[in-house]
Amino acid sequence: MASVEFRSVTKSFGSFTAVDHVDLSIGDGEFVCLLGPSGCGKTTSLRMIAGLETPSSGQILIGGDDVTGLHPKDRQISMVFQDYALYPHMNIADNIAYPLKVRGESQEKRHARAQEVAGVLKIGDLLSRLPSQISGGQQQRTSLARALVYPSRVYLFDEPLSNLDAKLRLEARGFLNHLQRDMGMTAIYVTHDQAEAMALATRIAVMDRGRIVQYAPPIEIYRRPATTFVANFVGNPPMNLVPVTARAEGDSVRLSADGVTLAPLPLSAGLKAALAAGPTLTLGVRPEHLSVTEEADNSIGGKLFANENMGPESLVTMERPDASRVTARIFTDDHVEVGETVRFGFAPEHVTLFDGAGTRIPRDGEAGL
Amino acid sequence: MKLTTPQFLSRVGFSAFAAILGALFALPLIWFIFAPFNARAEMGLALPDPFTFSNFETVFGNSLAIHALLNSLIEGVGAVIVVGIAATLAAYALSRSSIPGKGAVTYILLLFSSVVSGSAAMVPIFLIVSALGLIDTQVAVILVFAGGLLPTAMFILRDFIDGIPKSYEESAMVAGASPVQAFFDVALPVIRPGIVVVVVWAFVNVWGGFLIPFILLRSSEQMPASVAIYSFYSEAGTPIVTLLAAYSLIYSLPVIALYLFVSWRFGFRFFGGIKA
Repeated sequence: MASVEFRSVTKSFGSFTAVDHVDLSIGDGEFVCLLGPSGCGKTTSLRMIAGLETPSSGQILIGGDDVTGLHPKDRQISMVFQDYALYPHMNIADNIAYPLKVRGESQEKRHARAQEVAGVLKIGDLLSRLPSQISGGQQQRTSLARALVYPSRVYLFDEPLSNLDAKLRLEARGFLNHLQRDMGMTAIYVTHDQAEAMALATRIAVMDRGRIVQYAPPIEIYRRPATTFVANFVGNPPMNLVPVTARAEGDSVRLSADGVTLAPLPLSAGLKAALAAGPTLTLGVRPEHLSVTEEADNSIGGKLFANENMGPESLVTMERPDASRVTARIFTDDHVEVGETVRFGFAPEHVTLFDGAGTRIPRDGEAGL
Repeated sequence: MKLTTPQFLSRVGFSAFAAILGALFALPLIWFIFAPFNARAEMGLALPDPFTFSNFETVFGNSLAIHALLNSLIEGVGAVIVVGIAATLAAYALSRSSIPGKGAVTYILLLFSSVVSGSAAMVPIFLIVSALGLIDTQVAVILVFAGGLLPTAMFILRDFIDGIPKSYEESAMVAGASPVQAFFDVALPVIRPGIVVVVVWAFVNVWGGFLIPFILLRSSEQMPASVAIYSFYSEAGTPIVTLLAAYSLIYSLPVIALYLFVSWRFGFRFFGGIKA
């Protein structure tokens, strides 16, 4: 296993910059997820680690060695592809053992090792079949087995679970998590599914338009999203964002917006700096921190727009006077009717504020970002 | 549904027209099947009576004609090997590499290919081949055929390879394979159905090609079957129908067999050969 480092890596395709001066340091044995919407540069970043793309500028290091210009075969890495890329003319055993074949291992050794790895992944009885003769989940395991069959310094995953149905995806996710811990592998995992990233990663790098917006452990990303982009991307459903106008009154700040009542906040250093740039801020509060309330203090008002029952809890969405929507995750027992006027209440400590540029305003006493 | 009289008549008329048209095309084929077995075959259609192989006996006695089939085979196989290897490598490179303007290269080649093998270029081709000292050799015929077929073969194959995900070779290279290993172990087997289609198409073209060997070959021992067929014409230039029919049947059998074999073994699928 080895560490991976990006040093000011840029990759352009013609006039399009897919990855823009990215610095990233991944420790030995870490499980890092590159998370972002399609086109954010996460897959290109992964492919540069694999050597399938060459950076336009910058350096990539694996285990401290500069591998920027190295051919993929010389990097001692493994990669699981989104489409699995199983060779249709080889049976499962030969598919799994292919990396050993190119390493010049003997037929018996290859077979024994393929058998062993296939056993761990519970596809041991499929070895003589062709890829077209097994199910999607089994194909996924085969491609994983092919990545595990030889010693690697870094394991790369390019949305490996996106072609599986929901139940299999959960199962495979759990298995991957277990496997990574067991082997202590350095894993870099590309996904656009925030739940997958939260569940698997030791650290998540959230990417947007070729840049890393935030690189932190999942809980940090969840609790302290660096920008409105992260806030809006992570969480299911994501954080509610409401534009508010701030007015300083002595050493407190009053925030106001249509239908929003909020007790004045103390004027922190961060808020002071944000207000210097302009009075428009964004108030963020997670759906799970909202509840239906009668009280006017610290609440958002509107008309109930939708009520989706998810079993023990429900997602209720209100439409505010300016037609923007706010979603709350509440207990199904808290009965509300669509069309009713409702208020969603929240505790002041659950409020996250973003400045005019969309950057989170740190609270007092909290280390700066 | 009830048809009005004009509709009914127009349907009858159309069916009659289609039947006549079909018959016009079917008659030569029927002649083609019957005449070889008829010792007194003429241009007219007749059932063989008696059914005989005597025409074939005479044809097999004509060593020049039989040798011509071998020449056809040499030319076909030779051109197919050149086209198969060159088109596969070129199409693979054009599909996978990121050379700017690679699309234009293919289209310009395609445009010129009709010129290379077309009659317009026959004089310059003759002069070039003659300057190379290759007149009256199978090598010349193979090279000229291959040159004419290559662009189209490349075009078909490139489109085919474009449709195959790059991740096959990428996964092989990440797993430790060199580009050459990845090509032979992974890409080539996946591309094979496309190559088979191109190879068969090229073979059929060469097998049936007349003008190129007719111009580039001088001695009768070198003639392929498509040219040697003229040895069944009398001095006065009239065809000896019986022998011509028998020889034509023999001449066409390999092509039919090839089509049947490929369609049985691979199926004719032009995987995205031409984009709609």
